Amino acid sequence: MKYTYYPGCSVNATANIYRDSITAIAPALGLELEELEDWNCCGATAYMSVKELMSFAISARNLAIAENHHRDVVTPCSACYTVLNKTNHYFAEYPELRAKIGQALEAGGLSYSGNVRVRHLLDVICNDIGYEKIASLAKKRLTGLKVAPYYGCQIVRPDSGFDDPDEPTTMNRLIEALGAECVDYRMKTACCGASLMGTQEDLALRLCKNLLLDAEQNGAHCIATICPLCQMNLDVYQGKVNARYKMKFDIPVLYFTQLIGVTLGLPLRDLGLGRLAVKLTKPMKQIFEGA
Amino acid sequence: MAERIGVYVCHCGTNIAGKVNIDEVVSFAKGLEDVAVVRDYKFMCSDPGQAMIEKDITEGKIDRVVVASCSPLMHENTFRKVCERSGVNAYLFAMANIREQCSWVHLDGAASTEKAKALIAAAVRRSTWLEPLEKRVVPINPRTLVIGAGIAGIQAALDLAEAGKEVVLVEREASIGGHMAKFDKTFPTLDCAACILTPRMVQVGQHKNIKLLTYAEVAEVSGYVGSFKVKVREKARYVDRELCNGCGMCWDKCPGRRIPKEEQNVHKKLSIGTRGEKNKRGEQNPAPSIYMPFMQAVPAVPVIDRDSCRYFQEGKCRLCEKLCERKAIKYDMEDRIHEFEVGSIIIAAGLQTFDPAVMKRYRYGILPNVVTALEFEMMNCAAGSTDGKIVLADGRTPKSIGIIHCIGSRDKDYHEYCSRVCCMYALKFAHLIKEKTEAEVYNFYIDLRCFGKGYEEFYDRLLGEDVRFIRGKVGEITDMPIHEGEQGKLVVRVEDTLVGAIRRIPVDMVILCTGLEAPRGLPELAKMCSVSIGKDGFLIEKHPKLGPVSTATDGVFIVGACQSPKDIPDTVAQASAASSAVLSMIMREKIEIEAATAEIDGEKCSGCRICNNLCPYLAIRFDEEKKVSIINEALCKGCGTCVAACPSNAIKAKHFDNRQIFAEIEGILSSV
Repeated sequence: MKYTYYPGCSVNATANIYRDSITAIAPALGLELEELEDWNCCGATAYMSVKELMSFAISARNLAIAENHHRDVVTPCSACYTVLNKTNHYFAEYPELRAKIGQALEAGGLSYSGNVRVRHLLDVICNDIGYEKIASLAKKRLTGLKVAPYYGCQIVRPDSGFDDPDEPTTMNRLIEALGAECVDYRMKTACCGASLMGTQEDLALRLCKNLLLDAEQNGAHCIATICPLCQMNLDVYQGKVNARYKMKFDIPVLYFTQLIGVTLGLPLRDLGLGRLAVKLTKPMKQIFEGA
Repeated sequence: MAERIGVYVCHCGTNIAGKVNIDEVVSFAKGLEDVAVVRDYKFMCSDPGQAMIEKDITEGKIDRVVVASCSPLMHENTFRKVCERSGVNAYLFAMANIREQCSWVHLDGAASTEKAKALIAAAVRRSTWLEPLEKRVVPINPRTLVIGAGIAGIQAALDLAEAGKEVVLVEREASIGGHMAKFDKTFPTLDCAACILTPRMVQVGQHKNIKLLTYAEVAEVSGYVGSFKVKVREKARYVDRELCNGCGMCWDKCPGRRIPKEEQNVHKKLSIGTRGEKNKRGEQNPAPSIYMPFMQAVPAVPVIDRDSCRYFQEGKCRLCEKLCERKAIKYDMEDRIHEFEVGSIIIAAGLQTFDPAVMKRYRYGILPNVVTALEFEMMNCAAGSTDGKIVLADGRTPKSIGIIHCIGSRDKDYHEYCSRVCCMYALKFAHLIKEKTEAEVYNFYIDLRCFGKGYEEFYDRLLGEDVRFIRGKVGEITDMPIHEGEQGKLVVRVEDTLVGAIRRIPVDMVILCTGLEAPRGLPELAKMCSVSIGKDGFLIEKHPKLGPVSTATDGVFIVGACQSPKDIPDTVAQASAASSAVLSMIMREKIEIEAATAEIDGEKCSGCRICNNLCPYLAIRFDEEKKVSIINEALCKGCGTCVAACPSNAIKAKHFDNRQIFAEIEGILSSV
């Protein structure tokens, strides 16, 4: 299966672990990801609230280029996914905005007719490749590992179309397909604070604390994420949360692609598992290396 | 011979004359072929207006009439009567709608005038091809079928029975009483629901003019106004109605354990059904397999729940049979079909409540102390499984309760409409909680709609009872504690729109004020009775203001919550309205049936039967001998569906035949 791949800025920088694990698992899953040529930043959600038209225009530039390939665009980042989809949605719904975006693209010698479907990597892996295929390719099972699926607030809202906005289960089923135990907890779609970590740290730390607490209370060994920013907030700032709230969280925060990579039997180093801020716990290492 | 047509142009005050140039239209009409007289008047529908037409007819000036005024829905009947009075067949009258379809909807006066001319030319051309038709008269059977025996059906049935007319009352559940029988108190007067309802239930059960069939559903309806034929399937209850005296020996000792499912979304624990006898340790079977839906059931005859009955499931037990002194238990009982002929049908099918399990953010079905309004009603009911006590799942008394309004109503994702009763029952709940416990009560509302008699006063009273009101739609109910004091509680997360802040309010119990929706099976019932269903799922009345209980099908009436969500006073009012409409038909003894029906030319019909299933009124049947389809004129409403579908062009719509329609089109296009 071939897709146009839109990595987004984070994946090539702070989230290079995510990049490495995707690069590692894609061939094994038969996933052909052809990177979009000359792509630019989607503007992320922050830019959208500052300069809306500009944000739509730069986001649409990516879609305009992608349209030439007649394939679905897949992105591993929840913010990119949301912004590109929102651009598509507004482009279709509001003719005046469509005209303005069209003018902006024309100035750059581009045009867009609104026919690109933007999808999240989780959707593609779980629904196009499928749980059965993933399970059949697995060389290991994550037996005994309790994983809390963390969807974050962007991928399912308001109506992404591939899962229930209140009670998403796509990742739950993936975790079970990998042989791990899926932890049911309430905050799986709550916000991690996202970029507020840079502007309103107190608030963001509190949100992360609540999330980690709920996962821990429900017995999670680790959290599986699908978004570079969610992963960074929960992983890199876990120490700061502990200091601020006098907690002793020790919960590794992994990308779902890393878990898949482990079951495919790929070397842990290729999956970036050594570069997490919260190191893998001993029992986790045993599960990953053994079985 | 040329026709002599009279054209009458109405000013409708300034409604038409304010936009359309009447003088221009009149002189245009005078120039039309076959037109003998043209007049205009301020209000054609008034007595002097009607007299103008009458005079011209009786003086022999005209033999066909065209009135250019409002919609035929308004005054077609008025002018048809004028024609009949003066000796012209009612079907030789044609109407041009130059108000609703012209002066009211256009801004440009000159264009409106041109359009009025075209519409009049069309009516005049059509008029030349009209043919006199005879209305048919059919007798009215004085017996009435009432479907559903909640408060709506009970009221309608009693009204008719008291007037000396026979009623067949059919109820799907094992007892009559409907939802009202499950309530403890009613708003705003707080009178006990059972105290006002049960006397009427008993009256229904004993009335000599009421044939009551419970645990029964309408299976088939055929025929037409005045003489419907109805088949009713009575489900086997495995207890003989004639022999049983409702002594209760059977349910006292029954070892089976039923899962209460009076309502599909109800908690599987709460029930108001009859319970087993207490043993020495004070324990009792909360839901025996043989049971009455509640203590005051009418008829006071239990039913056996096959799904949990030990005899039906395991083949042995038969305890109730041994205990029954009157030998009323009949395990071999089968469903029975009853057939009736009735003149009219009143549909009082009621409602069901919204299932909140689909709104995952409220965790109904997962968190045990999140209950629906109906469950809370049953909890309050003195005969219910909690003896009328308000308790949590673990038996403790709650110290704080949140009441969330508008669950499934006023919500674009579920039902857009307002369910009209939830605000008031929520206030009633708040009062009952204050009366029975010392719990803190929070109402989470969007708007409070207290519109009925005494409702606003009730709200005002509640404000003095220390009940808290928070304006905002609840985002989530969670048992995840974050702050001090949230441990072991349900936390209601809500945007308080008056304060302008997100709040977390810990409570012990949450009541979801679930909205009302159309009951299961309503579409099937509606199809049987040829009644339409709106996009909200409820039955559609003939006219939202002036025909609230009639339907597009003569002789079929709709009352209560199956028409739209409503409270008890409105339901009872509608029930009495429908019964008086039925009585007025019965008093007339006969009814005129519309003559503009469709007709099949047997010579042309190929017997393809395409029309048979298309007819929304089930008026077409196939004659197996002659191999042609035949239309029952009494059932046909002249909608024209079959006419358009017939591949052999064998069906003619009387009063709307091809020549008439083409003439009308020619008229419209004549000025183009």
